[in-house]
Amino acid sequence: MKFTTLLASAAMALGLASGAMAADDKTKVGFVYVGPVGDGGWTYEHNKGRLAVEEEFGDKVETVFVESVPEGPDAERVMTQMALEGADLIFTTSFGYMDPTINVAKKFPNVKFEHATGYKTADNVAVYSARFYEGRAVQGHIAGKMTKSNIIGYIGSYPIPEVIRGINSAYLHAKKVNPDVEFKIVWAYTWFDPAKEADAATVLIEQGADVILQHTDSTAPQAAAQEAGNVVTFGQASDMSEYAPFPRVSSIIDDWAPYYIARTKAVMDGTWESANTWDGIREGMVAIGEISDAVPADVKEEALALKAAMAAGEYHPFTGPIKKQDGSDWLAEGEVADDGTLAGMNFYIEGLEGEIPQ
Amino acid sequence: MIVLEKRPQPSKAWSYATPVVAVIATMVFGGILFAILGKNPIEAIGTIFWEPLFGEFAFYYRPQLLVKGAPLVLIAIGLALGFRAGIWNIGAEGQYIMGAIFGAGAGLAFYPLDAFYIFPIMVIAGAFGGWLWAMIPAFLKVRFGTNEILVSLMLVYVAEQMLASVSLGLLKNPEGFGFPGSRNLQSYDSAHNAELIAGSGMHWGVVTALIAVIFSYILLNRHMLGFHIRLTGEAPRAAKFAGVNPARLILFCLGLSGALAGLAGMFEVSGPSGVVSIDFNVGYGFTAIIVAFLGRLHPVGILLAGGLMALTYIGGEIAQSQLGLPAAAIQVFQGMLLFFLLAFDLLTNYRIRAARSEVA
Repeated sequence: MKFTTLLASAAMALGLASGAMAADDKTKVGFVYVGPVGDGGWTYEHNKGRLAVEEEFGDKVETVFVESVPEGPDAERVMTQMALEGADLIFTTSFGYMDPTINVAKKFPNVKFEHATGYKTADNVAVYSARFYEGRAVQGHIAGKMTKSNIIGYIGSYPIPEVIRGINSAYLHAKKVNPDVEFKIVWAYTWFDPAKEADAATVLIEQGADVILQHTDSTAPQAAAQEAGNVVTFGQASDMSEYAPFPRVSSIIDDWAPYYIARTKAVMDGTWESANTWDGIREGMVAIGEISDAVPADVKEEALALKAAMAAGEYHPFTGPIKKQDGSDWLAEGEVADDGTLAGMNFYIEGLEGEIPQ
Repeated sequence: MIVLEKRPQPSKAWSYATPVVAVIATMVFGGILFAILGKNPIEAIGTIFWEPLFGEFAFYYRPQLLVKGAPLVLIAIGLALGFRAGIWNIGAEGQYIMGAIFGAGAGLAFYPLDAFYIFPIMVIAGAFGGWLWAMIPAFLKVRFGTNEILVSLMLVYVAEQMLASVSLGLLKNPEGFGFPGSRNLQSYDSAHNAELIAGSGMHWGVVTALIAVIFSYILLNRHMLGFHIRLTGEAPRAAKFAGVNPARLILFCLGLSGALAGLAGMFEVSGPSGVVSIDFNVGYGFTAIIVAFLGRLHPVGILLAGGLMALTYIGGEIAQSQLGLPAAAIQVFQGMLLFFLLAFDLLTNYRIRAARSEVA
């Protein structure tokens, strides 16, 4: 038994050495995806970022990816495999990859890891995310103006802070322009499951919603809305422009390309450092897809002004006075939410109905 | 014209040959599929089957085969006992989830106490959780004659909801910044199902799976109960005359398969996975059904089939990252395996003969 352990560790050392050697000529960048690259949303955009890296650096870089990787031990194996085969930088693009990323990073101190939407960092693990809630503010504004039934349906993925932040931001800005608006929220407990997402959209439409917002990755809700007729939707994570100009009237686009290029460059130059990046509209990580002509001109103008204010840093979507759902004070008049509270947001703001699943 | 003719006796030779022929057919047709996708089929098949076992990084993949295969084997062993007796537990996925919830819950209840007895308690709790969940369809079948296929399958979805609920509430990590998911059991030594030898992939779940294979073999071949199980499946009327109590057999088979699935879930959550999270289950309970049939419901066959299935998973991931094969192509490849197995299985009971068409 001792002998096999010895063998294994010797082989491990060899593997590490050859991995490091392979790194000399080309920079190898790995991507771990939670959905298929053809999901048309979240993973699709990450893959576009990967292709942008290839285009930017050409022969100097090699990228690999594995799609539809379950969050858990399977992810850990895929990451280890990439590291063994000489990856210098690995992007793990789902929240559930957090612990696996940290575990693998411990074993490969010379490989850099970038985990999307998590909060655990290490010397060789950086985290990055986008301020999607800024896009939700624009979306909420348009949604509040567009709804006739005053019922807005929201397909939640998982009740994690990122998603709750989005709901709060959308609701806040819908309510501002339409005090009668009401949100109905369905939790799908999935990032990508077209059948479930379509069911959720149908249920919401049957309950009277004429605007559907989604925090899931497929275009199934768009298709369900199209079938139903007079229902407005927004592209999520990607433009989903194949459903424009209606039902998709606008979108929140995650543009990872500049970040991926910058981080790959940093690895090439040897300047990579662990960091916690949280960029928004101003930096270009969050973009608003074209607002279609189905939206009245004045509403479109207001929405663009809102976007411009955030891009200029003049407006923060969570600016007081805002109360929590239970009526207690959260932000005083003019006070702006701090990133710490936003990052761990686990409460609804005043006016939202229902409870966050516990 | 080709006709199928029923064999007077099932062919022993074909029953052994079928899995091998199915694997070869899968390689051939999978190769064609990969070729259509523009990949070198020899290289792709080679990557899937060779790389994990003998490739450059086999020292890492071989232990991973154990990690991936153990839950499949453990669950499939339990299922196969029931399948042999014509008792269809399709809900192992749910029992797996409940085993993980009970096991992890028992461990986390002691947090942060450090004691040797915590892990054994978790093992018992995990088995109990799976057993309890399987007892629902068992009891309903015995008492009211409900269909265990439907009840056990539907209970998977109930278990998934419970998993989401405990991940968000009862077992949520208090230090997790509001994110769902439990504490990581890997960093709680008393509850951690660690590798017994570092780097070997051998954790208690692998050991238990091997023990289950041995006991199941003995049970089926040397024990009266095993004889009753086989008899009930092959000749229900004869079983009745032999004095087999069907109710007891149902309770035993469903209970045991539930307990084994529960154990698999418990070993997974306390070891490779570490956390109870909403997406904890990845389909082992369903894949194990394929493994059970691929292994001809025979303990040793299941052991081999579990290894083969694990191989296609791990090799498939390697093929994805090295050759850029889409994940869906790998899933089709795995699907082909079951399809060809069932198709060639026909030859066990039938023979193909060329017959002259006759006037009706």
